[in-house]
Amino acid sequence: MTHADVPENYLTASWGWRSWLLTRDHKRIALLYLISITLFFIVGGFFALLIRLELLTPAGDLVQAETYNKLFTMHGLIMIFFFLIPSIPSVLGNFLIPLMIGARDLAFPRLNLLSWYIYIIGGVFTLAAVVTGGVDTGWTFYTPYSSTYANSNVILTALGVFITGFSSILTGLNFIVTIHKMRAPGLTWFRLPLFVWAHYATSLIMVLGTPVLAISITLILLERAFHIGIFDPKLGGDPLLFQHLFWFYSHPAVYIMILPGMGVVSEIVTCYSRKKIFGYTFVALSSLAIAALGFMVWGHHMFVSGQSPFAGMVFSMLSFLVAIPSGIKVFNWTATLYKGSISFDAPMLYALGFIGLFTIGGLTGLFLATLAVDVHVHDTYFVIAHFHYIMVGGAVMAYFGGIHFWWPKITGRLYPEVWARIAALIVFIGFNLTFFPQFLLGYLGMPRRYHAYPEEFQVWNVMSTAGASILGLGYLIPIIYLLWSLRYGRVATANPWNAMGLEWETPSPPPETNFAATPIVKEEAYSYDIHT
Amino acid sequence: MSNAIVSTRTYVATFLLLLVLLAVTIAAAYIPLGRFNWVAAMTISAAKTALIASCFMNLRSSHRLVWIAACAGCFWLALLMILSLTDFWTRGWLLP
Amino acid sequence: MTSIPESGPASVHASHGVHDHQFDDAAQQQEAATLGMWLFLATEVLFFGGLFTGYTVYRSAYPNAFGEASRHLDIVLGTVNTGVLLLSSFSMAMAVQSAQLGKRWRLLGFLTSTAVLGAVFLAIKFTEYVHKFHEHLVPGSQFVFAGPESPHAQLFFSFYFAMTGLHALHMIIGLAMLVVLMMMTLANRFGPEYHTPVETIGLYWHFVDIVWVFLFPLLYLVSR
Repeated sequence: MTHADVPENYLTASWGWRSWLLTRDHKRIALLYLISITLFFIVGGFFALLIRLELLTPAGDLVQAETYNKLFTMHGLIMIFFFLIPSIPSVLGNFLIPLMIGARDLAFPRLNLLSWYIYIIGGVFTLAAVVTGGVDTGWTFYTPYSSTYANSNVILTALGVFITGFSSILTGLNFIVTIHKMRAPGLTWFRLPLFVWAHYATSLIMVLGTPVLAISITLILLERAFHIGIFDPKLGGDPLLFQHLFWFYSHPAVYIMILPGMGVVSEIVTCYSRKKIFGYTFVALSSLAIAALGFMVWGHHMFVSGQSPFAGMVFSMLSFLVAIPSGIKVFNWTATLYKGSISFDAPMLYALGFIGLFTIGGLTGLFLATLAVDVHVHDTYFVIAHFHYIMVGGAVMAYFGGIHFWWPKITGRLYPEVWARIAALIVFIGFNLTFFPQFLLGYLGMPRRYHAYPEEFQVWNVMSTAGASILGLGYLIPIIYLLWSLRYGRVATANPWNAMGLEWETPSPPPETNFAATPIVKEEAYSYDIHT
Repeated sequence: MSNAIVSTRTYVATFLLLLVLLAVTIAAAYIPLGRFNWVAAMTISAAKTALIASCFMNLRSSHRLVWIAACAGCFWLALLMILSLTDFWTRGWLLP
Repeated sequence: MTSIPESGPASVHASHGVHDHQFDDAAQQQEAATLGMWLFLATEVLFFGGLFTGYTVYRSAYPNAFGEASRHLDIVLGTVNTGVLLLSSFSMAMAVQSAQLGKRWRLLGFLTSTAVLGAVFLAIKFTEYVHKFHEHLVPGSQFVFAGPESPHAQLFFSFYFAMTGLHALHMIIGLAMLVVLMMMTLANRFGPEYHTPVETIGLYWHFVDIVWVFLFPLLYLVSR
């Protein structure tokens, strides 16, 4: 295809670095995010590699204890704040939400670009902290270590996270206003794609939760810089105050990381079963329920920190409740698959992997929500396995699934299907080999955040590290063939999967203003039954 | 179009009422109510907030969605405070 | 090459409902801006709210210390400052009204008076801070507080400076935005059809006032 044959689209509408770095087009901003978060994913993955290498042997022989503390801290910070939280919303959400609702752009395009710049500035601060000695407090910044006793780059890192938080807030604000005010004619709330519902719920969490993270970090900064002692027990301060403020955000943050993935799964499962979603209303409202309930459970991170047992019981009960809407989604996806006309294209492999692995991760969350069990497994590898099943087995798989599903729409090219399926299987196998042994390790008593461990745990650790290398390979392969496809991939039509949704009714890649004319919606979502 | 235009008289009346409430706040501080001083103070502050929001900020003539956004912030803060206090205020409770 | 209408604030003489390209009409743009600002204010409620939560925890734990410490704050200056801010809110509301009625010079006048009142507030606050510094009531190594409540009193002052400091920072940002509004008014950017920035920044200003309405009794009137 020569240059002259390609119709005008958002990629070719203007040239030069200024047209990208000063763009207001939500689609270009999505690509700016795509490139940046991929880079952070690689940095975070590098720290994971070092961790797993150290844990090959029981002795702490690869790095010193202090260094190991920095490794797991920076792995956590970068993966959570600079990869997982922005991933689906800032890449797929930014690109697709205006398209899915028939709009020309988000409500506040300049704010959208500002979000990206804020994210980059926060990232620069954090990377600066990494290269000038690192930070060793754990991504959770617990006081009084972080506020008083740590000798690492706490202030620089905390500033980086503080700044990036505003990127999240502005993105959420943008999405909420856009979804309320800019839907196409005929697109009522209950005709919206579930991807949009998921991002709406995610945006509520971003807007209401992130400010509390900001203030908790501000307090650490004040205490560290000016020694004002809000968390200092010598002055009557309570370190647990920090934990309450921190987890008020950081628990809902995990729902920021998973809800968008659930939205992606709903889109993929319906398309590759050629069926409408089972129980649309329940799936839509369950996103809101997860967002709301997710704010009421944070104390389950503090069962053994010195929190009162009474509060522990309250939080434990509420934590059981939050599992219900997630369970509803899993049942509804399964019912959607039932008697569907299923094809196992790469996006579907990722989505199916999500459903299974998220279920395992979610169920182990119930173990952790049970007060008595948590006393035994808190701060062990059981917790690590639990959240990696959800974050990696869930969120990252959904992210890869979504990237593949919408790749033709975003780039106008098809990815190579055979390689994509192979990579998806490698990821699935590598993932389970890495993290399932960690459930066993945690149950047997191996604590987290230690660079050395008793001899009897070595077998499982070696298995885990082996799995991690396979997982790494599984992530590398798509990066290669996706880049390859930009130049050599088959040119995509507007709707290569025959999927339902407004984003498929515009060319691939879309023109700059998305639609030639504002679409008018007359059908329910996922009307695959009508349009076989 | 913008929200309804409020008359100068309404704004002046609101402002004067706010000043009255300020005087009440201070007077109430000098009345010994013991542990309930803060209840009185917060009630008056809430009243002032209602005045500022409904009149100066035009909440009265705003879209219902705006009301929900305004309430959401307050409700979520209440959630943060109440659930945190279930820890701090029950620390001394010994359970069998 | 597709030509796109200039994004950004509406054109100079906004008498025909000019709007940014992503919106269908000026009304939709105005509604979006209002909703966006209220959502942002909701985030601010939670941002300050974290401090209010910490304050509540410690005040309920150490009521005597907080009462003692609070009496060291100047109630006269605090009251004057509250009055100044309430007047500035009135002035801001009148500014919005002037914009709605297309009265350019009244708008400029009220924006200016709002900014001046804000500056007066900050000047008084700064004076209070200087007093506290001289009285050795700034938390840190220089902190000195007579009496048995000393360490807990330092907690009170930590919150005093953190909360009023954060509030003052928001006032400064508000002042900067008011200056921008004044410049835009001078450049004749506003009229009855378009004055969204005046309304949205007005909302922000009133919110900062509301925060003070809560700070004043919580900090100055704990135990008189």
